[in-house]
Amino acid sequence: MTMRVQVAKLADIDVKSSRKVKVQDTEIAIFRLTDGSVLAVENKCPHKGGQLSEGMVCGGAVHCPLHDWKIDLRSGRAQAPDEGCITTFDLEVDGESGNIYITI
Amino acid sequence: MAERKKLVLVGNGMAGVRAIEHLLKLAPDMYDITIIGAEPHPNYNRIMLSSVLAGGTDMKEIIINDWDWYKENGIELLTGHTVMKIDTGRRKVITDAGVEAEYDQLILATGSNPFMLPIPGADKEGVIAFRDIRDCETMIDTAKTYKKAVVIGGGLLGLEAARGLLHLGMDVSVVHIHDYLMERQLDEAASRMLQRELEAQGMKFLLNKHSASLAGRRRVKSIRFADGSEADADLVVMAVGIRPNVQLAKASGIEINRGIVVDDYMATSVPGIYALGECAEHRGIAYGLVAPLYEQGAVLAKRLAGLETPGYTGSVTSTKLKVSGVDVFSAGRFGEVAGTKALRIQDDLGGTYKKIVIEDGKLIGAVLFGDTSDGAELFSLMKKGESIEGREKELLLGISANLLGGQAPDAAAKYEAMADDEIVCGCNGVSKVAITDAIRTKGCTTVSGVKACTKASASCGGCKPIVEGLLKVYAGDAAGEPVKEGICGCTTLNRDEIVAEISRMRLMTVKEVMNVLDWREKEGCTKCRPALNYYLGMLYPEEYIDEKESRVTNERYHANIQKDGTYSVVPRIYGGVTSPADLKKIAEVAEKFDVPMVKFTGGQRLDLLGVKKEDLPKIWAELDMPSGHAYGKTLRTVKTCVGSTFCRFGTQDSIGMGIRMEKAFERLNTPAKVKLAVSGCPRNCAEATIKDLGVVAIDGGWELHVGGNGGVKVRATDLLCIVKTEDEVMEWSSAYLQYYRENAVWNERTAQWLERVGLDAIKAALEKKEDRQALVSRIEKTLSLTTDPWKQIIESDDLRKNFEQLSGSGALPARG
Repeated sequence: MTMRVQVAKLADIDVKSSRKVKVQDTEIAIFRLTDGSVLAVENKCPHKGGQLSEGMVCGGAVHCPLHDWKIDLRSGRAQAPDEGCITTFDLEVDGESGNIYITI
Repeated sequence: MAERKKLVLVGNGMAGVRAIEHLLKLAPDMYDITIIGAEPHPNYNRIMLSSVLAGGTDMKEIIINDWDWYKENGIELLTGHTVMKIDTGRRKVITDAGVEAEYDQLILATGSNPFMLPIPGADKEGVIAFRDIRDCETMIDTAKTYKKAVVIGGGLLGLEAARGLLHLGMDVSVVHIHDYLMERQLDEAASRMLQRELEAQGMKFLLNKHSASLAGRRRVKSIRFADGSEADADLVVMAVGIRPNVQLAKASGIEINRGIVVDDYMATSVPGIYALGECAEHRGIAYGLVAPLYEQGAVLAKRLAGLETPGYTGSVTSTKLKVSGVDVFSAGRFGEVAGTKALRIQDDLGGTYKKIVIEDGKLIGAVLFGDTSDGAELFSLMKKGESIEGREKELLLGISANLLGGQAPDAAAKYEAMADDEIVCGCNGVSKVAITDAIRTKGCTTVSGVKACTKASASCGGCKPIVEGLLKVYAGDAAGEPVKEGICGCTTLNRDEIVAEISRMRLMTVKEVMNVLDWREKEGCTKCRPALNYYLGMLYPEEYIDEKESRVTNERYHANIQKDGTYSVVPRIYGGVTSPADLKKIAEVAEKFDVPMVKFTGGQRLDLLGVKKEDLPKIWAELDMPSGHAYGKTLRTVKTCVGSTFCRFGTQDSIGMGIRMEKAFERLNTPAKVKLAVSGCPRNCAEATIKDLGVVAIDGGWELHVGGNGGVKVRATDLLCIVKTEDEVMEWSSAYLQYYRENAVWNERTAQWLERVGLDAIKAALEKKEDRQALVSRIEKTLSLTTDPWKQIIESDDLRKNFEQLSGSGALPARG
């Protein structure tokens, strides 16, 4: 069953930065990009499970803090030559309240 | 498109799945694939089981293909199923659970079974093999409650099992039927050296013993030998050999001998059925090592993909023993039989042994003990089968004839001689052939191109010289004119050009630099962003506001991230000198926050490991000690020896000097980490001559040594100068560090920097008193503006929030 969960306020997340949240048993990283978009992905690098929320955000991608794998935050795919993919989650920001909701 | 054919693989082990991986690359849409495995796990690296036992490797880490891999590749996986029957007429297999799978092509990769000695008592509890994850788990559990372990079998597998059990804290005896260990891989001389080494590690040996029976009621208690002697045993591990698992093939009417008989294309006697791996017998040999299995897999994959391929002609195998502290290599036919000649050197002092065996002018076998660095080269010569006449002694001594004759060694020949499967990049597991492929077929002509394609040299960078060497040999002229490389893939500008442009145009932020200098990636990458952040801070210490988003993880959170996402905390302990009060405080904090490990670092301080990110600010607040900056490109530690304060040899107060330096330079941002040491006399107990800056006291003065490194590439320091007073030590050290700050490339340690610019250039820059003083005043300016980062975070809600996990409020029903 899918659920819609309020996970944060926009102000909780710095630009070019990330915060993590646990929803049910899934750890999710929420990113706020320079272009204003806010994206949610599974907080687990496909390589060795590194926490992507801790990585450096560059454009629309995050670099895993453990071995520098570059993960595209929109598609969830690792950049070649690395191979792998993480789950992405639908996310909505309420323009008025600044509430961030994700659907899981 | 043609309809997909059905491919069934029986056996979910390394050999079969490797072949499937190959096949998927060659012909991704050709087959519907079903894999049937008896073990309840995804495909794992069986070779690594001994690493799991020896500690340091988690069971999860040895999984090669996790469940998702099967899903992503559309493979149907049945685990916990044993195939009972092949209906070769109707072309289908039937499992013990009654599931049927039809096939057009069938691969048997059923592996082997451990051979269990059929002696009385072998069915008792506590008697196991060393073959799969379950055996490993049994060993780990047993070690918790029992003490005595007996391993039957002094071969490769037995010794690895024994080493693992030793590690688990058991008292281990190895029983071997032969009078020396690993007789199939080693000659007696090397074997004796191995035995001595393992005995020193605590292993016991019962050689020349025939196991007769196992005694005990329900559980084994002891082992009895044919000569009447006995030994206590709470656990018996049988590692006497493996037998190809041929049962299924045999029952299905496929020709078997010791293994399932296959031809050079891995085809069995029944059309449409192939076999490979440990269950297969090719030209009379059933291999039990991994390299041949991979070679067979490559041939089979091409065959199944319908591609032309030369057949498999058998493998020359080499063995390496994976036991910590023991390096053993053996390959080919190393026994000395009629018609062969052997050359050997044995060094009992250094604990090394080397033997090469020659027949008809060709190298046919080798045994190495202690130092196995020549193994790969010898093995590749052996596989090539070319004549080595005239070079025999050179190979034995490891010194090239050219070099003996005073000529430079032929570098190209060295790279050509490297075996294809030799691992070049140890961090990312990239073999020579992966690199040469990238050069030949993907048009890589630079180190960064190879790095992007294969990841070789992407981590520690220690293998970069080899990658460069391979480029010279395999890219030929294309590599002769390397394309101009910028500091990363985002720009073509190098460090000096960037710094010059920043100064010329007075660019003030990372974003501005990237915009004005036409960065290809608008927001840069993990290489250029931190570099630009550093250069800007170095150029404008007063105006520039450090951008935390452009710091790598460790520097952003002022702690070292560990592989499980926890962090470590290292408080500053000036000069390695602490106090009972500080030790108590550290101990109390460690207890209060359940810190999983407290460890002394190599830099004379304490590391609290395994700290949850949200606890970091709380721990820092309770410690109330400055950050040790153990995570950054900055001054790390100043290691000191006791010096004249207590030591009877000390000529100067090295502790006082070290503390003064650490207090002066702490928090300094530098291009790469900087490690210092001060020794109180030329005995140099603080190991100052492998530091970025090392100070060694002499009678009446101090020597300043620079550009040392004890890490990726060991480099001893060069002597910069000798001075008389502590104040002069500070002046020269400050000037040297600032000159490094202003001239080195980001992430370039002093050792690489010094090699690049030369000691003379550095000496010249520091020679004049006024130049030194200008540098000193600039470093002092920078240092005066630093603050303790831990304190800063504790005091700022805005910074501290990034350490907390979001709570996430209640769930709402999904819309739509």
